Amino acid sequence: MSDTSRSSAPTSSYKPVAFRGGGFAPRPHRWVGLGVFVSLILIVEVLTRAGIITSLTLPIPSDVFWTLVELWQSGMFYKHMVPSLTRLVVGALIGCTVGVSVGILIGLFSLARAGLVPLVAAIFPIPKIALLPLFVIWFGIDEMSKYALIAFGTFTPTVVATYGAVDNVDRTLIRMGQSFSLSWVSIVRKIVLPGAMPGILSGLRISLAIAIILLVAAEMLGAEYGIGAYILQAGSLYDLERLFAGVAILSVLGVMVSTLIGTLERILLKWRV
Amino acid sequence: MDLKLDSIGHSYGDLEILRDISLDIPKGKIVCIIGPSGCGKSTLLRMIGGLEQPGRGQILQIGDVPDGCLNPLTYVFQDFALLPWRTVEGNIQLVLEDHRLGAQQTEAIIADVLARTKLSDFRQALPKQISGGMKQRVALARALAVNPAVMLMDEPLSALDSQTRELLMGDLVALWEREPFTAVYVTHNLNEAVRLGHSIVLLSRRPGRIREIVEIDTPLADRTLGDPELERKQVQLWQLMRDEAVAADQELLSV
Repeated sequence: MSDTSRSSAPTSSYKPVAFRGGGFAPRPHRWVGLGVFVSLILIVEVLTRAGIITSLTLPIPSDVFWTLVELWQSGMFYKHMVPSLTRLVVGALIGCTVGVSVGILIGLFSLARAGLVPLVAAIFPIPKIALLPLFVIWFGIDEMSKYALIAFGTFTPTVVATYGAVDNVDRTLIRMGQSFSLSWVSIVRKIVLPGAMPGILSGLRISLAIAIILLVAAEMLGAEYGIGAYILQAGSLYDLERLFAGVAILSVLGVMVSTLIGTLERILLKWRV
Repeated sequence: MDLKLDSIGHSYGDLEILRDISLDIPKGKIVCIIGPSGCGKSTLLRMIGGLEQPGRGQILQIGDVPDGCLNPLTYVFQDFALLPWRTVEGNIQLVLEDHRLGAQQTEAIIADVLARTKLSDFRQALPKQISGGMKQRVALARALAVNPAVMLMDEPLSALDSQTRELLMGDLVALWEREPFTAVYVTHNLNEAVRLGHSIVLLSRRPGRIREIVEIDTPLADRTLGDPELERKQVQLWQLMRDEAVAADQELLSV
């Protein structure tokens, strides 16, 4: 009896070790994002058509689509898009250029840091939209005030991201540069700037999204053409189809900007592990 | 060009870390500096190369910098310090660009140092694509490119596994045999010290003082793995260092 129990005991206690690793590692799923979009729109389409959602609450998605087609065919799309894109590009370009430059100054010079960091911290939380009337008085009702608003709004997040990125550049690489007697300019251009690039680019992602928000805000005040003006007009007439058409254009613009930065990252940051 | 350390001392605030260090670094020899952790050996090396200023004493350069030397005091770092966004070739180019050598001469130097460090096939590789041992060879090639009068090596093999370390020690010996260079080699590894050092300077625990200088006369090329003579030296060094290391260890615990 003791014999059988002795020989069978080991076999019965052979158990595979249970797997408990895995997970916590995001994997790319290409089409899921698009799928969520499409199914949400389909659900809304069905519900609005069935009358479960009234046309006062949400427009029928296909109507919004036809509004967009009409906008395109009438040539008004360009009429609204060109001034909007100009404002976005000029404003964001000024804001980001000045922002990156000031951020690098803060990162490199203690005096600039001591003087400017509190200033930037004071400017950052001001809702720039609240300053719009002031900008109109300073820069006039036409394009300049719109550029200024977008530039001002993108400036602060860019500064903060840039000096953070410069601070995070590996100090051992800078010491290496000094140990080979590289000039100050060489160290900044060849070590500090490329090292700060990942942080600067992820800052730009945020700044450009803010730029789109401010674009619409700026156009709601005294602009004849532009996506913001288009949306405002539709809103005041309670024309939901056109309102949503405008919002869809803004979303697509946001996705395009994000893709642009993504492409830029892939090209500039090929070296990243 | 020789270097002379003249009673170097240093403190960080109230903490004295180096005391009265006088040492000669003769041309064409490798001087190893060993000591327990926290004894200030890396700080001393940073001072020799002018990356840090000693509180007391001075570092003297005896004789002129040899011709064709672009950066007399050149470091090799423990963590390689390669720019990840530049290729192997680009990392070497980096230290030549400021000297305006012209494309042809730059190319000649790069080809030469890559050949000497057996990296010619990896010119276009990025640092992320190559192993730790290769990275340190790139750093070595970069140091050789500026034709240094003295190489300052800060635990250059400490981030590598023991097999890679053995291979790179062989490479270093071969490089020295081909063209003797002057080096100060900081390490905590006694085996590296007895394999590569013409003289070995043993520092005491903090504040670091020179405890002993051991000379090894065996030519570098004859020092093989498991050589009984070297083993004896290593044991001798360990006996000297053991008490310091134990004390340094307990000191850290009580801080």
